[in-house]
Formats: sequence, C-alpha cells, structure tokens
Amino acid sequence: MADVIEVGAARGDAPPRAGRTRRRSATQRGHRATPYLFLAPYLVLFLAFGLAPILFGVWISLHQWDLQLPNRPFVGLGNYRDLFSSDSAIYGDWWSSVRATGIFTLFATPLLVVVPLGLALLLNRSFPGRTFFRAAFFAPYVLGVAVIGLLWRFLLDANLGLVNRLLGAVGLPSDTPWVTDVPWAWVSLVGVTVWWTCGFNAVIYLAGLQDIPAELYEAARVDGANGWERFRHVTLPGLRPVLLFVLTTTILASANVFGQAFLITQGAPGEQTRTVVWRIVDEGLRDYDVGRSAAMSVLFALMLAVVSVVNFRLFRHQED
Amino acid sequence: MTSLRRGARYAVLLLLTAVFVTPLVWMLLTSLKTYADAQQDPPSWLPHPFSGYGYDAIINNTANPVLRWFVNSMLAASLHTLLVLVTASMAAYALARLRFRGRRLSFALIVGTLFLPPTSLIIPNFVIAERLGWIDTLTVVVVPGAASAFGVFFLRQFFLSIPAELEEAAVLDGANQWEIFVKVLLPLSKPALATLAVLSFLTNWNDFLWPVYVLFSPERLTLPAGLGLLQGAYVTDYPVIMAGAVLASVPVLILFVAAQRHIIQGVSRSGLKG
Repeated sequence: MADVIEVGAARGDAPPRAGRTRRRSATQRGHRATPYLFLAPYLVLFLAFGLAPILFGVWISLHQWDLQLPNRPFVGLGNYRDLFSSDSAIYGDWWSSVRATGIFTLFATPLLVVVPLGLALLLNRSFPGRTFFRAAFFAPYVLGVAVIGLLWRFLLDANLGLVNRLLGAVGLPSDTPWVTDVPWAWVSLVGVTVWWTCGFNAVIYLAGLQDIPAELYEAARVDGANGWERFRHVTLPGLRPVLLFVLTTTILASANVFGQAFLITQGAPGEQTRTVVWRIVDEGLRDYDVGRSAAMSVLFALMLAVVSVVNFRLFRHQED
Repeated sequence: MTSLRRGARYAVLLLLTAVFVTPLVWMLLTSLKTYADAQQDPPSWLPHPFSGYGYDAIINNTANPVLRWFVNSMLAASLHTLLVLVTASMAAYALARLRFRGRRLSFALIVGTLFLPPTSLIIPNFVIAERLGWIDTLTVVVVPGAASAFGVFFLRQFFLSIPAELEEAAVLDGANQWEIFVKVLLPLSKPALATLAVLSFLTNWNDFLWPVYVLFSPERLTLPAGLGLLQGAYVTDYPVIMAGAVLASVPVLILFVAAQRHIIQGVSRSGLKG
C-alpha cells in the first residue's frame, strides 16, 4: 500500500513537493519495515556471533567458568588477578606466551613494513612481466597457514629439509636446528611469515604508490633531486597514510600469530614459542577453562588497543 | 645504461621469484616421490621415478579420510561464501541506499567490530556454538564466521559509488525495492561481489584455528584441520604429507589464478579505505 503511494509520489502524480522532501522520497520509497527486512538476515548473524560475543566474553571472564562443571560462581576480577599474581598457577605460562608473541611481533613487523615496500618499488613501474611477478610474490599468501606450516616444517627439518641441504651444498653449516632451538626457531617463524605475507603488504603499497601524482616526481627531477632524494621527499610523505595502515594491520596480525608456531616449531624449545593466541585457545577450548581464557582474551584485546593508540599518536606527532 | 639497469631489475625479480615459488614447487615435486626417494641425500629435484605413492596413501586411508575432508571443506567454503554474499549484500544495500532509524548506529557497530582482534570472539563464540549444539558439525564452520563486518563495509562502499540515477529509472518503471536491489544494483556490482566471494572462499577454505578446536570426528574435519592429523600419522613420510598439502592448495591456487586481478585489486582497494 505504502509502496504504491511512494512510487506515485516519485512519478509526480502527487502534488509537487519541495526539493528536500522529494530527495527524501527517492531514498525512502517503500514500506517502513523494508530497510529492517534487508538488514535482518545479516543482523541476526552479527548480533549472535559478532556483537553479543563481545559482551558475553567479558561476562564469562568474571566467572569461574569450567565447561565441564555445572557451577559457575561469580569471581569478579579474580581471573584477571590470577594473570597478574606470580603465585597463581597460570601466571608463568601466560606471561611466557606474552613474551613469545612480543618477540615475534617485534621482529616480524619491521621486516613486514620494509621488505614489501622494496618489492612494491621494484614493481611500481610498468614493464613486461609485471603482472607475473606480482602474482608470484602474492601466491604464497593465498595458501592457508596449515599448508604453509606443513611445508616449512618439512623444508626446515634439520636432517631431511631442503634448507639445511642447500646450505650444506654451498659449504655452509648444514645442521642448524631451525625448528627446535632458539634463536633459530624465531628466525624460522619470522622468516616464514615474511615469505608468506609480504606479498599482501606489497600490493597495498603498490596501490598507494599509484596514488602519488607523477607531477611531484617530475618537479623533484627538475629541481635536481636524485633517486634517494625523490624517495625521501616525495614517495615517503605520499605513502604516510598507507604506511600507518600497513604498520597497524601488521602489528595486529603479527600479535595474533598462532598457526605457524603450532605447526612449525610446535612450541619448541620447551614452551618458548607458544604464543598468546595458542595459550588462550588451549586454556579455553582444550582445557575448557573458559573463564580464565576469556579473561586472557579481554586483557589481550586491551593490550592491542593500547598498542594501536600509541601507534596512531606517534604518527600524528611526527606530522607536526 | 638503461638496459643495464633493466637487466639488473629483472635479475633481482627473478631471484625473488625463485625465493617465493621454489618452496611451492618443492611441495609439488615431493608429493610425486616415493618414500625412499624423498629421503635421498643429496636430494634430487625431480622424482625418479614419478610416483603416485603419496596420493595413493591419502586416498586409500580410512583412518584419515582425506577426500572426505576435501569434500567437507568444499561444502563449508561454498555455503559460507553464499551466506556472506546474501546477508552482506542485503545489509549493505539498506545501509547505502535506504533511510531508517538506527542506520548510523548499526553501521558504526558493524565497522567497530572490524577493529577487534578476532581472538576476542573465539571463546564466547565457542560457548554459544556449544549451546546451539553446533560443535563438531558442518554448521559451526559455516555460520559463525559469516557475520562478515568486512563484507558489509566493502559492499556498502561499492554501492555508494553507483549513481542513484540508475535506480530512479527503475522506480519510474514501478519496481519495488527488492526488484531494484536484485535487478539493478546486484548486476552492476558483479566485480565487487566476485571479489568478496573469492576472499570469503579463501578465508573459509584456509581457516585453521577454529576448525581444529571445534571439530573432532575424523569424518567431520575440514582439510586444513585434518592435515595436522596427517602430519601426526606420517611423521616423516613427506610424500604423503605433501600430497595432502597439494590437495589443500590446488583449489585456492586455481581460484587465485582465475581471479588474480580481482583479488589483488580488491585487497588494495579495501585495504586503503579500511
């Protein structure tokens, strides 16, 4: 019914209206419930598995909540206190996983910001074969962490792996314990991650590079700027928002590292490469202590939020 | 001088290509070796002889039904993709084109969750899925992840870029909103829908953490979750493990080659505006 009326209005059958009302009618034609009907299927999913879980997670974290036990007493901040008090059973494991994630993020992030930029600069000009190279560098990213993990576990195998054998063939040490001892385990995890994901960041840089006006480079050239100076004074400033984006997403992605450590180093040596995400899911989904695990998740999310805020602040200050 | 520089550029690019591609080639070649052949030291690049041993072992293995995992993954990724496309495009249409109370708030909430670490949802989603009786079913790897805030955001941006005049013509023809959405907007959005479809399929196909913890029965696993078991069962029998890895790679590599331009453009566009 309302449909007909609105369409009629748009046709101009109804008395002429002011421009503003006419514009409204163009976007508001149809029944009042229609927008909600369009939104409903997504909203059901989003409320159930996107929004409610956030609040539910906080709620769970305030309880002593074991999936195998019927009672779930409210313990307030008890789970959080356990994470901070050195005499609790979980304290050592938790902070060791924070340390592992910290080490990984600290070494992976700079490489994942700089190496892809180099790749993007190499690929920026158009030349025959550019699409091929772009695809080749991006290809590993398309594969899942399960495949990447199995593949590199094999390649880095101390005895059977290609890496040690190739090193041996050129006269270098061929017995490096890539996956079983530190610091090699860290070199492996960071190296594999850079190999796996740097194509992704390179593509984002490429899009950013294409947005820098060619006239700026021309002007710099006329002023006698050499290649390095053009990079320093034209490319880098032009890429600033892209750099911030890449830096932030890379820190967040690195902090969520799980599959590589789970499959390649398997936590070795000892538990030194067992990361935060791994600790969280094991605590909750393997040992069923979801209360404690949810507290870890909330604390972890807060840590990442702080890192992101600091990140944005630093970048803004540099601009002043 | 310039040809020298061009030569240097190609040399660097070819070297890098070797770094990126060699591991994948090694995976494929190893999957075609016999057990003894894969143990050779020094290793040979080409299998001699070429052998179906690895594939034979995973196909005729009842304890680890790899083909079943493959089918499960196909089903899960396809249904997931369909669910994302339908729900996200409808929501994006409402958010981009319709006016209603709560529009700004819903959009802000949806975009807000984009900034949450995915970890923060895993534990509560597990508890919710458990209460719904979804653990160890196909549903649990299809549905929860389909609440794609990225999908809604991405499609809404695309819909906004389509001139509203195109819909005005349909209004004059007496089309209702559903018809406008299906007959005007969706056909104009094929590139965006294709990009989102490919990205959704890749994400679901490759998902590892969630299926590893929410699926238990050997016949219910997805391929990535099952590969871990395979590694446990065949500790150093690399032809078998690599055959499994190849099986998990081939569909996404085919998809990538077919949609390469779209994927890379989709990534860079959504990346910059995200």
